[in-house]
Amino acid sequence: MSQRTSVIREITGRAVAVRGNDIDTDRIIPARYMKELTFDQLGQYNFYDQRFDSSGKSLDHPLNDPRFQGAGVLLVNKNFGCGSSREHAPQALMRWGIRAIIGESFAEIFAGNCTALGVPTLTVGHGEIEELMNLVEAEPRTEFRIDLESRQVQAGSSKVSFSLSASQAQVFLSGTWDTTTSLLDGLEEVQATAARLPYIKDFPYDRPRG
Amino acid sequence: MGKNLLKKVWELHKVRTLPSGQDQLYIGLHLIHEVTSPQAFAMLAERGLKVLHPERTFATVDHIVPTDDQNRPFKDELAERMIQALEDNTAEHGIPFFGLDSGLQGIVHIIGPELGLSQPGMTIACGDSHTSTHGALGAIAFGIGTSQVRDVLATQALAFNPLKVRRIEVKGTLGSGVYSKDIILRVIAELGGKGGLGHAYEYGGPAIEALPMEARLTICNMSIEGGARVGYINPDRVTFDYLKDRRFVPKGEGFERAVQYWKQIASDPDAEYDDRFELDADTLEPMVAWGINPGQAVGVLEKLPVLSELKAEDREVAEVAYSHTRFRPGQPIKGQKIDVAFIGSCTNGRVSDLREAARLVQGHKAAAHVKALVVPGSQAVAEQAESEGLPGIFRQAGFEWRGPGCSMCLGMNPDVLQGDQICASSSNRNFIGRQGSPTGRTLLMSPAMVAVAALAGEVADVREFAQGGRG
Ligand code: SF4
Repeated sequence: MSQRTSVIREITGRAVAVRGNDIDTDRIIPARYMKELTFDQLGQYNFYDQRFDSSGKSLDHPLNDPRFQGAGVLLVNKNFGCGSSREHAPQALMRWGIRAIIGESFAEIFAGNCTALGVPTLTVGHGEIEELMNLVEAEPRTEFRIDLESRQVQAGSSKVSFSLSASQAQVFLSGTWDTTTSLLDGLEEVQATAARLPYIKDFPYDRPRG
Repeated sequence: MGKNLLKKVWELHKVRTLPSGQDQLYIGLHLIHEVTSPQAFAMLAERGLKVLHPERTFATVDHIVPTDDQNRPFKDELAERMIQALEDNTAEHGIPFFGLDSGLQGIVHIIGPELGLSQPGMTIACGDSHTSTHGALGAIAFGIGTSQVRDVLATQALAFNPLKVRRIEVKGTLGSGVYSKDIILRVIAELGGKGGLGHAYEYGGPAIEALPMEARLTICNMSIEGGARVGYINPDRVTFDYLKDRRFVPKGEGFERAVQYWKQIASDPDAEYDDRFELDADTLEPMVAWGINPGQAVGVLEKLPVLSELKAEDREVAEVAYSHTRFRPGQPIKGQKIDVAFIGSCTNGRVSDLREAARLVQGHKAAAHVKALVVPGSQAVAEQAESEGLPGIFRQAGFEWRGPGCSMCLGMNPDVLQGDQICASSSNRNFIGRQGSPTGRTLLMSPAMVAVAALAGEVADVREFAQGGRG
């Protein structure tokens, strides 16, 4: 976490496609692997139930495919990361090596969690994601170059424009994606806001003793 | 044009505009539990930060708590480590903690309202997506990730993009055997699991206003299943009566001042909305979510969808759902055999839910092949249910009566499905693997529908059983 205020302008690397709409965070990281006090071990449990059967035998899954090991860009379809707000999901992806996700759309909490970790979620149209997915499935070695400034991804000979929310663009390009740092800057105003709230000044909690 | 509640609360809590263009919002109440907080405390320590307002954060333990044997240390070592970490962190930072020996422990979204911590016109955050529940009291309540838990601990504030508001107007009156769970399952089925992205859902109209508070909590709870991070209901008489005399609610004159604020924070009659949606309660049927997301739901007398009748983008998910559930397109859902019946969770683990289920099973027996489980949402719910003799009714009907916790809502404690069991469940999610078995299957429905499914051993129509109450 030493680079928590670094500018993120460009992300390069190979990509891996995990196809399907509405992939929820229970599928990205099954709840039984959340009984951990830190996020350190999570990378190995990504999509666990899709990657391994009940006896632990490897199943056919892009993340198990040797050709996609070391990929840094994840390609997905619609509403990726819906369901539970668990940050374990983006943490698991990040710890597996994912540094950017390109998809048709993302669930809101998931995208916010990704931003807080410095992992941009980039949206493209259906045709574009198909093109990129087909490309990496045919040519796993294709290098991706994502440029957040021009909002374009170059993959092999394909060039695709993506959209990125204004706030995501701003925080990555200015290196302020770590929210704690920017929120701490406003501490005085926080206290001023609290001081005018009726439920703090006029009718605070009744706090029974004991 | 008047303002809606979200807008009023937002303006009041806005600290400033951040350089990112997002708004910095003050958080009035922060709730934490054992699963999503330890990493946040670790991040604070790593940065040498302390908890800014420990008195505005409250902790409890719910997800990992076993519901059969709650003696410490827990048999599951990892679970024991997690509860210890929460005990240590809350003690170190001076955060009030409602542990198993407090008499106040329970699922975080049950105890917030129950203790009167969650109040109208507050901003509430918790590292759990069902935080939308607290919106039933007229609060703006957000589910957040762990980095944001860290943000609230360190700064009592969060960074948000402004939300749009969709007014969901529910007209008419709920029929007997139809409940608030059926309203929200129908809303999600109609608008889709991503229909609410970027929106808060404001639920209103005669059918909503007629609901008691516990039934309202069920609706707001599942806003997130419709893609809306926030759902709320304007505070009214029902809200004020519910809150009066609760533990943390100011008494006497303080209460009068509170009611003044609560009245004024509600949406104006001519409030502006970004979008509107209407639903008719008169024609609503008991609902069953059959697939792998809560939007894949049908009325109990309907047949499961035929693929060719679905929109292209729904078809693909339906195919995945059919290959997982092994149900047949076009089959009726009524009569589908079940193996497990689960009544509980933050959606439907309140005392009114248990009362209604008990009323339906009293004097009957669960089918021999069904494992049936009743899990109160909190210690207070358990205590109330016990004072009304509900556990005895359930036990006589062949149901197990357990200690409070999240239980079979998610696979983080010993209550899990085995193999490809089919569970009739009063919880909120039927995602693949949600109930702890990768091949398990979940049918979401109201607790009353779960109760009669347990008796029949298959999905049944609660309206064919004892004359129902409603709500
Ligand atoms: S009951 Fe289920 S949905 Fe509610 S907090 Fe517990 S695990 Fe989450």
